[in-house]
Amino acid sequence: MKTNNTNIKMKLDTSPKNYGDILIEAKDVEVIFNLRGKKLKALRGAGLVLRSGETLTIVGESGSGKSVLSKTLIGMLDKNGTITNGSILYRGVDLARISREEDWLTIRGKRIAMIFQDPMTALNPLKKIGEQIREVIVMHCGLDARASRTAALEMLEKVGITDPERRYEQYPHEFSGGMRQRVVIATAIACNPEILICDEPTTALDVTIQAQILELIKKLQKDMGLSVLFITHDLGVVAKMADKIAVMYAGQVVEEGSVEEIFYDSRHPYTWALLASLPQLGVKGKELFAIKGTPPSLFKEIQGDAFAPRNPYALQVDFYHEHPLFEISPTHRARTWLLDANAPKVEPPEIVVKLREHLKKTTGR
Amino acid sequence: MSEPLISVKNISVDFGSGKKRFRAVDHVSFDIRRGETLSLVGESGSGKTTVGRAILRIYPVATGSITFKGTDITKKLTSSEQRDMCRRIQMIFQDPMASLNERAKIDYIVSEGLYNFKLFKNEAERKEKVMKALLEVGLLPEFASRFPHEFSGGQRQRIGIARALVMEPELLVADEPISALDVSIRAQVINLLNRLKESHGLSYLFIAHDLSVVRFISDRIAVIYRGKIVELAESERLFEKPLHPYTRALLSAVPVPDPEIEKQKKLIVYDPAQHPYDKEQPIWTEAEPGHYVLTSASELDKWMR
Repeated sequence: MKTNNTNIKMKLDTSPKNYGDILIEAKDVEVIFNLRGKKLKALRGAGLVLRSGETLTIVGESGSGKSVLSKTLIGMLDKNGTITNGSILYRGVDLARISREEDWLTIRGKRIAMIFQDPMTALNPLKKIGEQIREVIVMHCGLDARASRTAALEMLEKVGITDPERRYEQYPHEFSGGMRQRVVIATAIACNPEILICDEPTTALDVTIQAQILELIKKLQKDMGLSVLFITHDLGVVAKMADKIAVMYAGQVVEEGSVEEIFYDSRHPYTWALLASLPQLGVKGKELFAIKGTPPSLFKEIQGDAFAPRNPYALQVDFYHEHPLFEISPTHRARTWLLDANAPKVEPPEIVVKLREHLKKTTGR
Repeated sequence: MSEPLISVKNISVDFGSGKKRFRAVDHVSFDIRRGETLSLVGESGSGKTTVGRAILRIYPVATGSITFKGTDITKKLTSSEQRDMCRRIQMIFQDPMASLNERAKIDYIVSEGLYNFKLFKNEAERKEKVMKALLEVGLLPEFASRFPHEFSGGQRQRIGIARALVMEPELLVADEPISALDVSIRAQVINLLNRLKESHGLSYLFIAHDLSVVRFISDRIAVIYRGKIVELAESERLFEKPLHPYTRALLSAVPVPDPEIEKQKKLIVYDPAQHPYDKEQPIWTEAEPGHYVLTSASELDKWMR
């Protein structure tokens, strides 16, 4: 049962006892894209653990591989991308080895669903809202026309769309951005998935709408017992949503831990830099802390620590040898030589240590 | 207090006509002083971009006037006034991926305005101006011979800023210049904008919806809701004591990057029906020195408490 041969029909183990509360365990995932004859290594051994009922947020700048990592979980990598190494275990199946589309269909949409950043492009402009939700239900849950319509109406109501009977007959252009995102959420959760992947679901929305959508995702998570993988680059959103955080840089998870561990006791210089560059921490009339330079090109092989050239705390060894993963607590791990026993003692920037004091001052709460 | 660089009085902008007329901006007034950053904050569709574009004379105003350095620029201008106005008010766009001509080299993109206004005597002077503008935004002069696709988002936004700077503007209208950028790059661009403000004596009209950035960068903040400015105050004061319920709702919606504060926070939802405006009309009132709010007398009493 533990190992599955993909030539035989893929079999999901749905009994919970075998795997404890770990739903997804990705290890050393490596993804390579072929771009005009050049090879781009988008993921360089990234790994994560998603536990049942929990929200894991992935933070990082664009190009750090957070979207690519989440796409490997539902087999939606672009055609020119391949998983060249590593494993993604989900209920006894290695998702990294699934190659047939029909195998994916038993997982994607049914057990693992995804919400995208832009609700405008995620919906079909030529189809009625209700039909788009019904389509998912017919495909994955196998209900007949009438039952699926009722289910679709229920879904609309569940995501907070008032007057679902009327809204069912409308087209996407008749909805505002926030309402559209609610519809996208409804299609995603229509078949009671176990895992919901949200790829920057609120980046295209206003703050007030964003707050409402985040509340909705939280509520649904509680009602339906969802496990959520949430991708964002906004640390404010992270603070609101996360139980666990994984910080990504240049195709690797450089630090992972519980939300408290990352915000109040982070160990990786990149996490420090991210926290310190928050505009909320800025003092008027002074320069805001900015990370110098730009992320490395992933077309080239990276030697040592990818963050070293931008890192004021970089050690000599960072430029030559890849950092191992150091364990700080059972939930908290970081990839940096600074945690090595031989490393000099380094204090994180003052602003990060006193994050909360600073925030209290600037937010007046 | 110095005299305002630009003074916007009671402007309205309409789209469509007759029965279909839609008033996107409704009697908006504010001043921007020399060397000041005024931010215009609001949700999408609130009219903040329309105000910016009205100042740039892209949209004609239906009512009111915009006075820039003593000239009413909503009237018909002589061609020399027109040229001067175009030069002194420049814009930075939101999306650096879409706002640069993909087929032109950086050299041409930055000097396009110079060509149009013939602001150089000879080729050497033009080259020098381009080089200076690029250096000022933290790019290397040799980038001039490259194309936009060779640059990252942050660098492209710098090119957009260089293109505005080369015209020697006095007012920059920045329409969400950092919302398309990454966290780490965002800080760099904010610092650049602040530095340029000091060194060039620039004034900004900063249009944004992200209040966390706005607080750091602006001297005063105006909150706009459905085409009307509902509150205007010094930026610290606005965060300390927001009066209008919409401002409060907006502030409560901004996520705080601290798990403990964030998880305890209560979200305020703004309900426009809460005002007793059927009985008394709201007026633009100075609630405390420098802090204006759109309210009726009885409401203000309630809010001030």
